[in-house]
Amino acid sequence: MSTAEVYEIVHRLGLEKAPLLQVLLAVQEASPHKYISEEAVNEIARLQKVSRCRVYSTASFYSEISLKPRGFHLIRVCSNAPCENAGRGEIQKAVQEELGISIGETTQDGIFSLESVNCLGACYKSPAIKIDHEVYGDLTPEGAVAIIRRMREVFKNERTA
Amino acid sequence: MSAPLNGNLVFNVAGKEYVGLDLYRSRGGYSALQRVLQQSPEASIEELKQSGLRGRGGAAFPTAKKIEMVRDNAETDRYVICNADEGEPGTFKDRYIMTHLTFQLLEGITISAYLAGASKGILYVRHEYWEPQNVLRAAIQEATEAGLLGDNILGSGFSLHLEIFSGAGSYLCGEETALLSSIEGRKGRPRLKPPYPTQQGLWDKPTLINNVETLSNIPMILKNGVEWYRSLGTSDSHGTKLISLSGDIQKRGLVEVPFGITFREIIETYGGGAKPGRSIKAVNIGGASGVLVPPEMLDTPLEYGACAKAGITIGSGAVFVLDDTRSILDNVHNRTRFFLHESCGKCTPCREGLRQTHAIIHKLMDGSATPQDVDRLERYTDAMQHASFCGLGTAAGNSLSSSLHYYRDEYLDHCAKENESSDREEIA
Ligand SMILES: Cc1cc2nc3c(=O)[nH]c(=O)nc-3n(C[C@H](O)[C@H](O)[C@H](O)COP(=O)(O)O)c2cc1C
Ligand code: SF4
Ligand code: FES
Repeated sequence: MSTAEVYEIVHRLGLEKAPLLQVLLAVQEASPHKYISEEAVNEIARLQKVSRCRVYSTASFYSEISLKPRGFHLIRVCSNAPCENAGRGEIQKAVQEELGISIGETTQDGIFSLESVNCLGACYKSPAIKIDHEVYGDLTPEGAVAIIRRMREVFKNERTA
Repeated sequence: MSAPLNGNLVFNVAGKEYVGLDLYRSRGGYSALQRVLQQSPEASIEELKQSGLRGRGGAAFPTAKKIEMVRDNAETDRYVICNADEGEPGTFKDRYIMTHLTFQLLEGITISAYLAGASKGILYVRHEYWEPQNVLRAAIQEATEAGLLGDNILGSGFSLHLEIFSGAGSYLCGEETALLSSIEGRKGRPRLKPPYPTQQGLWDKPTLINNVETLSNIPMILKNGVEWYRSLGTSDSHGTKLISLSGDIQKRGLVEVPFGITFREIIETYGGGAKPGRSIKAVNIGGASGVLVPPEMLDTPLEYGACAKAGITIGSGAVFVLDDTRSILDNVHNRTRFFLHESCGKCTPCREGLRQTHAIIHKLMDGSATPQDVDRLERYTDAMQHASFCGLGTAAGNSLSSSLHYYRDEYLDHCAKENESSDREEIA
């Protein structure tokens, strides 16, 4: 993403006055690869009049913020006990096999990244996963794979359209 | 016990409906705010004091007292913060309030801000709660347009500007001082207390921080009266508690129960008990940072006093059931992994304690541990409980300690069995 786009976001949020964490989240959200690039760090530091070190330090603390590029869609598997007992293992295995990657990796085509996440507050429908901003519960391994296949279809159709 | 009382006490959770502004007002919503704006703040604070309302975010601090502490501060630039970081594994009560009883929460925040004398408010919502954030954003807008937020609320001259601040995937940021650091743009690491946030909170200004459920109690108490509220629950603990029920039971979900009910009643009556042909082995009360107790303990009433005496932390009100097919060590392993990931590493007992305990539990699970390792585990746990800088390390220690207390045999079994097999291998 360009520095002009970063400027746009930080400006909209209030330049120096904007809370750093909210700036980081907004910039990441707007970035196609859902991460904060080195140029973005520099631009945020410049606009907010804080050191680059401060921006890095804050960005690296939070699990949500990534300093390396991620896939277009972010799949997160809930890993806490209620989901674990309800079958987190099988869901994760099926998703990993479907994508050919493990937790913390991105598919070669750049469409999906896989991460783990803490309790999504959906334990009444464990096992749960979150894809981008949507939570899916009461999942079966087949159900999870079907969702991913559908998303891949949609992604490819949009690209060729 | 009679038919389950679920909903229509303080929280209409049985309704499972979105209570929009019009519906909320048709049910008496915002009448409490109206009354509060007309009487002296001291009178309202006194009512809250009489109600006995205590914080539902974990520490159970008397809510009226906290409001008073902020109000009495000489500094008049003050903040209210609603802690909606709900990160405790197994908990989904605040999510429900935010997405269904949205205006009850907003009215609660507005009243508490008025009583504390604050005109700026922040809702710190965890990042994973994308939908609740959107619902809240729309509701804030709607309330502002209706004159219930923003400038000159209901023509009273009182103003409150409320903003949403999104977390970014850190459980520790639910701890109130870490939350403040997070808003200020730094790592979400806890600060030394005192000074407490009521004295020096956000940007060093007096700050009232309360949990979503706590704040949502306030309008109902002031609308229906202290007598009504005190008639719910027991003489020790007034009102109700939201319980997030999950795990190996027939019916998972959110329920509201009056204080005084036993954990067994909660699990049997609301959760339908264990699954067919299974029995309960252990119950985890209060989320990952809560305790793991055997079924014999379930006759303890849900009450601050009785629970404290029995060593049970009510915490967030999560009740997670493990049946006889489950392994205690698997559960403990899952929890230490969680804490290890979420520890900020600022203090040694938590950072190193978790690393070591996690390694020992690993060893136990792959069968290479000895009974001496279990003793070591106990020593580290004790250090974490007593020497951690913040509640994360202490709670991690407490949760480990309860499992060691009640299920020591299962820990030792894992050593004994494997030692036998390794002996056999040596002979062969
Ligand atoms: C590690 C840790 C995590 C916490 N997470 C939360 C949380 O997600 N939500 C919450 O309301 N309180 C949480 N708390 C408790 C807060 O520090 C604080 O006590 C609470 O927000 C006060 O509100 P109350 O008086 O209404 O309970 C947490 C505490 C610790 C130590
Ligand atoms: S107890 Fe853990 S989370 Fe808390 S300050 Fe120490 S290292 Fe950080
Ligand atoms: S443990 Fe997975 S949603 Fe709560």
